[in-house]
Amino acid sequence: MIGIEHYLVVSSILFVLGVLGIFLNRKNVIIILMAIELILLSVNINLVAFSAFLGDLTGQVFAMFVLTVAAGEAAIGLAILVIYFRGRGTIAVDDANRMKG
Amino acid sequence: MEIKLIVFLPLLAALIAGLGQRYIGAKAAKIVTTGALFASCALSWPLFVYFLSLGDLSLNDSASRTMIVPVLDWVKSGDLVFNWELRVDALTAVMLVVVTTVSSLVHLYSWGYMDEDPDQPRFFAYLSLFTFAMLMLVTANNLVQMFFGWEGVGLASYLLIGFWYKKPSANAAAIKAFVVNRVGDLGFMLGIFGLFWLFGTVSIPEILTAAPDKVGSSVGFLGYRVDTMSLLCCLLFIGAMGKSAQLGLHTWLPDAMEGPTPVSALIHAATMVTAGVFMVCRLSPLFETSQFALNVVTIVGATTALFAATVGLVQNDIKRVIAYSTCSQLGYMFFAAGTGAYGAAMFHLFTHAFFKALLFLGAGSVIHAMHHEQDMRYYGGLRKHIPITFWAMMAGTLAITGVGIVGLGGFAGFYSKDAIIEAAFAATGPWHMYAFAIGVFAALLTSFYSWRLIFLTFFGKPRWEQSEHIQHAVHDAHGHDDHGHDAHGHHESHDGTAGYHPHESPWSMLVPLAVLTLGAVFAGFVFHNGFIEAEEGATFWVNSTLAFNAHLMHEMHLVPMWVKLASTVAMLVGLFTAWMMYIRSNDAPARLAANFQPLYKFLLNKWYFDELYNLIFVRPAFWIGRQFWKIGDEGIIDRFGPNGSAWVVQQGSRFAVRMQSGYLYTYALVMLLGLVAAISWFMVQAR
Repeated sequence: MIGIEHYLVVSSILFVLGVLGIFLNRKNVIIILMAIELILLSVNINLVAFSAFLGDLTGQVFAMFVLTVAAGEAAIGLAILVIYFRGRGTIAVDDANRMKG
Repeated sequence: MEIKLIVFLPLLAALIAGLGQRYIGAKAAKIVTTGALFASCALSWPLFVYFLSLGDLSLNDSASRTMIVPVLDWVKSGDLVFNWELRVDALTAVMLVVVTTVSSLVHLYSWGYMDEDPDQPRFFAYLSLFTFAMLMLVTANNLVQMFFGWEGVGLASYLLIGFWYKKPSANAAAIKAFVVNRVGDLGFMLGIFGLFWLFGTVSIPEILTAAPDKVGSSVGFLGYRVDTMSLLCCLLFIGAMGKSAQLGLHTWLPDAMEGPTPVSALIHAATMVTAGVFMVCRLSPLFETSQFALNVVTIVGATTALFAATVGLVQNDIKRVIAYSTCSQLGYMFFAAGTGAYGAAMFHLFTHAFFKALLFLGAGSVIHAMHHEQDMRYYGGLRKHIPITFWAMMAGTLAITGVGIVGLGGFAGFYSKDAIIEAAFAATGPWHMYAFAIGVFAALLTSFYSWRLIFLTFFGKPRWEQSEHIQHAVHDAHGHDDHGHDAHGHHESHDGTAGYHPHESPWSMLVPLAVLTLGAVFAGFVFHNGFIEAEEGATFWVNSTLAFNAHLMHEMHLVPMWVKLASTVAMLVGLFTAWMMYIRSNDAPARLAANFQPLYKFLLNKWYFDELYNLIFVRPAFWIGRQFWKIGDEGIIDRFGPNGSAWVVQQGSRFAVRMQSGYLYTYALVMLLGLVAAISWFMVQAR
């Protein structure tokens, strides 16, 4: 029987993968965007799982909102990325350290 | 009323010349200061004559002849109340005459001597400022005002010694004079504090009236029980020692010769250095209350007279010889005061001002003629070249050595110095014979070094060619000057002149010399009755605070004939020795110096006082200073203060810089960690 715990474990694994994707990735900014998507999706799994578990539809409605916002966020992020690439000629994360003190 | 003019004209002139020199120009500044001083001088002499001519008034009512002229209210603070008043009595009148006469003549002399100096208005302003401060000192009616003048002359002396401020030696000498005087001033200040503590007033007449009541009282000082009056008088005397360059605090006076020569004549011979003698005489009733203090004054004075005279024997710088001579003569004045002959001390101060100023101004004229060469070894044979200066210097030397015939008369020093020596013999204090013996012996030394100066400078063959100054002068004349020097190329090496022709000084320098010559010749003869004769002296000095000892002055005339002749004989022996050594056989001094090498070195190095002070005071002071600097300031304050906080900020910012990697993921990690920490915190809180 698949219970709530399994959902939560999967979502935790996805969340940690997303977080590590942000930290460990040194190559590509797009991967960071993908990692953020991954984190949002893990959150969505949580929301839907609790919604089903508690019999409350609010969670699923909220998940739809999150998906919408994630789509918007991906669009804006990619747009920034295009601008960034035009300016710097690269999107490698290791080169993006202009804020160094 | 005229006393206000006398005192404040020099101040006014100093302000105009000092602050307004840019607007009125150098010439006007010189005219204003010199004019003010001559006006002051012209007003002073009638005052002096007035006090001298009071003789026919009875002794009892003439005490009221002292004039007190109020100027301003000064301090009203609890018990401490005193006003700014000008006190004019016989003692002040003597000093007024000395100060204004010598000062005005020095002003005039400086027209010639400082002619090529670019900073003349400043020089004249300083001179006038000095005169004002000195007049404040001698007209003071309370000790604070006297201290004001005391410090004022110290300041002016500092400024004038360091007048040629580009010379490092002049700056060092100025600082030395200032610092050594501070030591004396500390004693003077403690004395003033003590007198105020004891009597509740700083007014001189009130203190002098109340002083006899305190005889025998004692006070705790530095853990000892000491006689009050002795302590206070000794403290005051330390102040006098500093100002008057007495043994122990004398080291600044020879160095002060770095200043321009007119300054040496005015400040370091005639006026400022006699302030100590003046102070002792002004407070003489106070000193009379303590035999111990009088003994100290006698011993210090006599020892200084001997010390300075011995050092003067071997100095080569013409100004230093006269400086040590001044120091020695001040010693005479002090032991005269110490043996109770205040009248004789003031008389010697009076005559000494004339002949010592004359000697200094004469030396200045020689230096002027010899193109700023001051070493007597490079003089010689100047008698024919600068005859007027020669005769003026001769008059000064005859005066200082006390030339005269007992019973007939003589030069100024004959009256005053012999009076001191005879008074020392006739006095009753425990140390009077010590003072007498040294007085006679120092008279011999005085005669020797004074004649040595004359013989080396004016007689013999010229030795100018060894002097760098002269060589420069001749060289410059060859190179740039083409008028009147075309004949001297032939005899450069034969006669020692190096082809140099000394010129007599301009009239502005010769007139003061002439006037002072009159003083050096006649001051003793004209004034000795008024100053030291038992009855006339008593009627003169009764109008002042000076404790005139008519009995001693009477005794002085009754001393045995050999005492009266002693100083004359000493003078002749000195003259003869000098003649033997510097005219008869020229190699005698060198042989003597070689035979008595240790003694010669001892004297040449001024009894090693400077070295001793260097060892005892200067080096330890430097060491302590360096410790405070290196350990206290740099090691503690700087290290933990500004440098420490800077270090903390630097290290902190270095750490903060390392955090600012600029990489996105680092910030994200920190954010995450922060978030985790915050959530953990709230979870723990919630439980």
